[in-house]
Amino acid sequence: MLDRLWPSRRIPLALLLLGRQPARLAVALAGIAFAGILMFLQLGFRDGLFDASVVIHKRFDADLVLVSPRTMSSIAMAGFPRRRLVQVMADPAVAGITPVHWNFLLWRNPETRATRSILAVGFDPEDPLFLDPDLAEQARVLSQRGRVLFDALSRPEFGPIASWYRQGRSIDTEVAGQRVRVAGLVSIGPSFGADGNLLTSSETFLSLLPNTPPGSIELGLIRLRPGADPAEVSQRLKQRLPKDVTIFSKNGFIDFEKNYWRSSTAIGFIFTLGAGMGFVVGCVIVYQILYSDVSDHLPEYATLMAMGYPLPQLLAVVAREGLLLALFGYLPAWLIGQGLYALIRSGTQLPVSMDGPRSLLVFAMILTMCLVSALLAMRKLGDADPAEIF
Amino acid sequence: MVTSVSSTSPAAVRSSSIPTVAVRQLSHWYGSGVNLRQVLDRVDLTIHPGEVVLLTGPSGCGKTTLLTLVGALRQVMAGSIRLFGEELHGAGRAERQRLRCGIGMIFQGHNLLRCLSAEQNVQMGADLLPGLGYRSRRDLARRWLREVGLGDHLHKLPHDLSGGQKQRVAIARALAAQPRLLLADEPTAALDSRTGREVVELLRSLARDQGCSVLMVTHDSRILDLADRLVRMEDGRLYEGLFNDREASGSVG
Repeated sequence: MLDRLWPSRRIPLALLLLGRQPARLAVALAGIAFAGILMFLQLGFRDGLFDASVVIHKRFDADLVLVSPRTMSSIAMAGFPRRRLVQVMADPAVAGITPVHWNFLLWRNPETRATRSILAVGFDPEDPLFLDPDLAEQARVLSQRGRVLFDALSRPEFGPIASWYRQGRSIDTEVAGQRVRVAGLVSIGPSFGADGNLLTSSETFLSLLPNTPPGSIELGLIRLRPGADPAEVSQRLKQRLPKDVTIFSKNGFIDFEKNYWRSSTAIGFIFTLGAGMGFVVGCVIVYQILYSDVSDHLPEYATLMAMGYPLPQLLAVVAREGLLLALFGYLPAWLIGQGLYALIRSGTQLPVSMDGPRSLLVFAMILTMCLVSALLAMRKLGDADPAEIF
Repeated sequence: MVTSVSSTSPAAVRSSSIPTVAVRQLSHWYGSGVNLRQVLDRVDLTIHPGEVVLLTGPSGCGKTTLLTLVGALRQVMAGSIRLFGEELHGAGRAERQRLRCGIGMIFQGHNLLRCLSAEQNVQMGADLLPGLGYRSRRDLARRWLREVGLGDHLHKLPHDLSGGQKQRVAIARALAAQPRLLLADEPTAALDSRTGREVVELLRSLARDQGCSVLMVTHDSRILDLADRLVRMEDGRLYEGLFNDREASGSVG
């Protein structure tokens, strides 16, 4: 069957050369898989951390976002006059606004009584905050003063809030020294800056932070009428508003936050370096394997040359060995990577998953690793002198 | 091309076509300056299609060098080698590699690929033939293994074969590429006398059937009677015949 479909088929020399030494092959594949897993982990952490930093940003129901020009990132949000957001309403393309308070407050773990910084977001329960409609329903309970919605995905250090709440216990604790009651659960997830999140009404927020300057907010969400061009409106608003506010598109706001973590911290560098180390380790392993494979078989390669096989055809055998190693090494790396991502998700709540681009990137890196090593090992093949084998 | 001459007797071919190998005034040396060592001195040798030539001589006299030169494995320094009518002197790497496809080589140490079965080893030879499908190349390999009496050992690895069997696989591999010239360097060295003679007899009869010339280096006096012609090398010079020719040895320089 195969013979008829592929008549120019040759003996799969590369496969046989690798396969007849199962122990060496296993070492090679383990090495490549290890390098691949290392790359998956490092890149997964990196992307996961960047994605986590904008989990909440992505959910905002907004086309444009107003922040203070002094705001550097979600962990350092500066206030700006609420008036500016109201002024925006004058534009005919603007359909609605939501002023948002945003600050880190101390949460007391109701179980251990320890305190920990949590991100508190205050908004008017009448206004939409998130894109998903469930929140609007839940937000009604916030109109009662001293009620908060707790992020069920927050790190466990904040206390077993979610499980207590689901058991029906009423949870009263302190935020910034004031008594609050958990009136519901939401799912947001921790990020770099925030280990946990809670949502509350502006009124409650201001009572928790009584020193907030009157009329100051940290974030203004702007929703446009259907059909309005965000870029155009943003341009118009930029000209109309004073310089004490900065206007972003929603995606621009997300990129602004990601960019902060990318450029102002060592995180991107550290994890990219880690992935690079995996690449180098893999290169060394594959090179070692291929080099010793070529060395061991040098008389056989020389014999093939003497028989009339052209050198390029023999180089192609080494290249195919590299290719096969890449394919067989990638598979376990991908599978184990899946498992480790699941572990990371459950252990850290980071949004890490095996997405297409990263799978491809790691495959491309493994392929490069194997082919570069094969290329280096090929130089050894030049030592095969068919005149020496008689 | 090979099959076309296989039906005619070697004697008939000899008169009608160009020689398989024509060596003229071939000299070769290793090293340079004071270390210069001449190994071949104005060697002349002609091998006609279908002829079996045995080359003897003490070790270190240049037999293997001559073999590698005729086998297009080395660059010709001085003199001329015409292989199937094509000049080797000045031939580049690629051209020599192309010419090697017409030469079968059998080595002292058989040099089989350890990771391939007997059948696959022979097929590595058949794979050099252009324009044949996988199945016909495999069938060719099987046929050759049956010819050398190893029809029952197709799937054995070299590791599991005896010395004589390995050498037979090597012969099958060399012949599977349908060569016009077979070069063999002491193919019986690792074999006992009976097996050695059997292997060479087989080699000779198969080569004859193919109209393939044979140049074989050997120290084995028991197989000398199998040759069409004997040549003897001493101190880089070549003499026809088996016995020492004292009058000619004086001219070595």
